[in-house]
Amino acid sequence: MQPFQSFMEEHRTYVYRFLIATVGPAEADDTFQETFLSALRAYPKLEHDRNLRGWILAIAARKAIDAARGRARRATPVAAVPEVTHHSESGQPFDTGDPLWQAVRALPQRQRVALVHRVILDRPYDELASVMGTTVEAARANVYQALKHLREGWSEDEDD
Amino acid sequence: MKTTDIERELKQRFSPLLREAPRRSKEAADRLADAAAKRGLLDLAYGFADSPFGRLLLVVSGHGLVRVGYPDRDVDKELEELAATISPRILESATSTDRVRGELDRYFEGRLRRFTVPVDLSVAHGFRRRVLEATARIPFGSVSTYRQVAEKAGSPRATRAAGNALGSNPIPIVVPCHRVVRTGGGLGGYTGGLDRKVKLLTIEGVLDPA
Repeated sequence: MQPFQSFMEEHRTYVYRFLIATVGPAEADDTFQETFLSALRAYPKLEHDRNLRGWILAIAARKAIDAARGRARRATPVAAVPEVTHHSESGQPFDTGDPLWQAVRALPQRQRVALVHRVILDRPYDELASVMGTTVEAARANVYQALKHLREGWSEDEDD
Repeated sequence: MKTTDIERELKQRFSPLLREAPRRSKEAADRLADAAAKRGLLDLAYGFADSPFGRLLLVVSGHGLVRVGYPDRDVDKELEELAATISPRILESATSTDRVRGELDRYFEGRLRRFTVPVDLSVAHGFRRRVLEATARIPFGSVSTYRQVAEKAGSPRATRAAGNALGSNPIPIVVPCHRVVRTGGGLGGYTGGLDRKVKLLTIEGVLDPA
């Protein structure tokens, strides 16, 4: 089994990209730590022939859900929390109050993971299926539904 | 909005952020070792130290120093070996290796006569372990013979086996196998070259500088 450090080196950028797109840039750091600590805990007992990328992304997806739940718990009805504006290196501002970003966030979890993976990160369906622990067809259906939701201005159906 | 527009919009919106992922993930990964250590999830930590021989690999467990690797050894291979024999929960951590690095620095400057970092010889067993333990007790600035070390390890006639055990010393310098020489006065061998043995014995004042 490869040392955890080299496992992390191999997957860290990918996981971070995934988290930027699912929990947003502000929470990506904390969720990244949670993801790899959780992975480290289970690592010695991992089966040798596991698909490691699928494994770590499945953990990241779970931690992203936890982060979203934490956010929901912290949310106040006053809604007076100022939106964080993140300035990327290219100087292009990224506003998390952006309606499209909000719409992506509001997608049912599986659809969001599917959309992030396929559309934002440009990964193939078979990889997506392994991350989601589902079939290629189901992965495809989730991407389709996600885009449909966004196109319709997003509805609150939980059809995952 | 059309589906293709949404896709394009999403890609455009995210691409500047995603370009930061290599750098930001590196920073986050660098912080993981300390967080893991706090939670008791870090079995082995490694770091590096400068030396007159080049960069040394240092690996510590919760019990002490397990490895000092000379620069001619392949770091990845060493770590893979430790992953197989001790634990794959290995992370790079400057913090965890600070103490031994500091002591080595002072040793090479001739300002440290005794290492205080504990050594963890749990991967060595039987005679080999006893040889390494006996070697660890040879004081700074003095030498023992292979025969004496074999004797202390409980097998006076196993001189050659003692030599072999020292040849595979996982913690050179700190477990001072360079202080073991031949009975007749010859220096004997040293893993990675006799020059190193000469240099270490010169630092300790056993040999005069060339």
